[in-house]
Amino acid sequence: MATTRTLLWSEDEELIRRSARDLVQARMPISHFRALRDAGSAIGMSREVWREMAGLGFAGALIPERWGGAGLGLVACAIVLEECGRTLAPTATLATAVLAATALVEGGADATRDAELPRIASGESVLGFAHDEGLHHARDGVSTRAAAGADGFTLHGEKSFVLDGTAADAFLVSARTDAGRIDLFLVPRTSRGLRITPLALVDHRSAARLALEGVRVAKGAVLSRKDGALLPRLCDRGAALLAAEMLGSTEEVFARTLAWLKERRQFGVPIGSFQALRHRAAAMSCEIELTRSIVLAAVRALEADATDAPALASAAKARATDTFLLVAAEGIQMHGGLGVTDEVDIGLFYKRAWTSRGIFGDAAFHRDRFARLGGY
Amino acid sequence: MSDAGSDHARLEAFRAEARAWLEAHCPPAMRAPAESDEAEFWGGRRAAFESEAQRAWLERMVERGWTAPTWPREYGGAGLDAAAARVLEEEMRRIGARAPLKSLGMWMLAPILFEHGTEEQRREHLPPIARGEIRWCQGYSEPGAGSDLASLSTRAVRDGEMFVVDGQKIWTSHADLADWMFCLVRTDPDLPKHKGISFLLIDMASPGVRVRPIRLISGASPFCETFFTAVRVPARNLVGQAGAGWTIAKALLAHERAAISRLRDGAVQEEEPLEVLARRCVGADAEGRIADPVLRDRIAQVNLDALCNRLALQRSTEAERAGREPGPGSSMAKLYGTEINKRRKELRVAIQGWRGMGWEGDAFTPDELKSVRDWLRSRASSIEGGTSEIQLDIIAKRVLGLPG
Repeated sequence: MATTRTLLWSEDEELIRRSARDLVQARMPISHFRALRDAGSAIGMSREVWREMAGLGFAGALIPERWGGAGLGLVACAIVLEECGRTLAPTATLATAVLAATALVEGGADATRDAELPRIASGESVLGFAHDEGLHHARDGVSTRAAAGADGFTLHGEKSFVLDGTAADAFLVSARTDAGRIDLFLVPRTSRGLRITPLALVDHRSAARLALEGVRVAKGAVLSRKDGALLPRLCDRGAALLAAEMLGSTEEVFARTLAWLKERRQFGVPIGSFQALRHRAAAMSCEIELTRSIVLAAVRALEADATDAPALASAAKARATDTFLLVAAEGIQMHGGLGVTDEVDIGLFYKRAWTSRGIFGDAAFHRDRFARLGGY
Repeated sequence: MSDAGSDHARLEAFRAEARAWLEAHCPPAMRAPAESDEAEFWGGRRAAFESEAQRAWLERMVERGWTAPTWPREYGGAGLDAAAARVLEEEMRRIGARAPLKSLGMWMLAPILFEHGTEEQRREHLPPIARGEIRWCQGYSEPGAGSDLASLSTRAVRDGEMFVVDGQKIWTSHADLADWMFCLVRTDPDLPKHKGISFLLIDMASPGVRVRPIRLISGASPFCETFFTAVRVPARNLVGQAGAGWTIAKALLAHERAAISRLRDGAVQEEEPLEVLARRCVGADAEGRIADPVLRDRIAQVNLDALCNRLALQRSTEAERAGREPGPGSSMAKLYGTEINKRRKELRVAIQGWRGMGWEGDAFTPDELKSVRDWLRSRASSIEGGTSEIQLDIIAKRVLGLPG
């Protein structure tokens, strides 16, 4: 499964990174996340900054030009998410720019695409991703029903974890059709019969629970591919792109921890001179390099629609999860008492590592899938 | 035509030429990997060809200068640039051609001679390496200087146009089969330990050199002890300045780490995948999943880590081609490559249960016995060429810039 696709960044990609980094560092430093958290923000992100990101083409990165998109591609989304991960910047990149855009472009009827895609590309419209129903992520664990009627569908069911659920104007809801297959449905936030319970999570990521009690949507609300592969494709993209965000967070925690090891003195010397810490730091830097390689390989494979993309996506999420958990936990330990204070940012990353761990499946879930795709 | 265009045309012309030549000259038997390390051709005066095909393959490649394609012609190479050498590599891989020659002299000593050697040294030593006539071994570790290599005490005392060498080396790979040794010696005991070391080339046939193989837990003896008693070495065999040995040694160790991780990576391709072995040994459920879920997860974990490691290696190779040296990146590759290798070998014997604990005899298949010996051999991989702990220290210092 070695790849012929390059694992270095191109010059164009470096330019995208620079513009993403400039924007994130200027508009969403970690104090931005803290301010939203401390204000108890109902939506958990800034719509104003999201419109600025749209202005740079990030909201419409996967949307063709005819619908107002910039067509930057999936690798660009991964770069943006990696940069967002560095400051825990809450944006609509993953659920809206990646998942909703993919679902609409690949599975929407023409009229639906004409109506929805330009609003996503402009940053006007933000969507939540509503798939999980149980306590843990499962690809097929959908008992929400979409019953077809004369003029559309009626949805019944519950969703236990909806990404960007408090910020969303509408939801992408997975549901089983009368034929037993799983499609996705566009459900506006204001729909009758839709009950939204905001979730105050430990890491303050925007999320909600949904109850759909006879929610009626139009015929054009269904998003579906002929091969029935829309949901798995979305989950693969979600897993790999979340891995990119986790990688950015991991790199940031590690950079801060490394700086601390050089700065903090005990017994008259920098604590980074102690072998017990040096070796662990060196081992972490290796884990991060491995993670960087697999995440980029996965995103490039997904962008190219390669046959090994699903296995690589699972490998990337498994790896990024283990590495982020390790580096965040070590970050706390190496910061000593400061690491467990709210004032120092390390703990914020640690909490983020734990929620990100389960979204789109944890490491064990993805190793299982990696094995299954490998035929064992 | 643009420069890029003409370069492309040049490479494609070379590709066609290389393809046709390889088709005509690579014996069919050489279009598959060797069955073991021992079946590879490592060269030297004592080397014997395993087959006529192996001999023919080496001779034909030597004639084209393709055993060392990037070396200048006057040293036995073909004078290819990096891009053309890559084309040749791709064309060899296309037909599954194995390397005609494996050589520490080529991988480790040659880069040092190109950088630090005299013209006379290059002319004397490089052509026999390219032709596979002379096999080299590395004289680094000593009983009192392992991880703390710079504390080595083998002495070389200047006596006119000669050095007189006394001391002992240990863990010299295949010293019993080698013709020459590149060796670290102390030329000035009064200087601080890193400063008094020199890099010396020693003919193993010199009077006063004695070699004793060391038997390992695997039963094999790939390493030796080498004893020097008043061995006289011409002063012209000193590489670089007296006292420059440590700088040269560090550069060489980076080449060695790269070579070890490359060897490991090449070797595993040929083994039966762990999951296939596991299905045979513990069975599978109706969907083809390995029946033991814990074992299955461990296999997935090591396969996944190995995949990440291959990709990281690819990344560093790409970076190197874009113009960077094999510096501390090789420490990372060595560390991770050998740790994965150990886990894989352990799993292989664990999967086989009692059949994975055989030492010898007809009660076990050759594959079963080989997996046991390979497992035991693998314990050395994270010790030789700088222990994992030394690699971590190098990474901490050079990549992360940590003090101490």
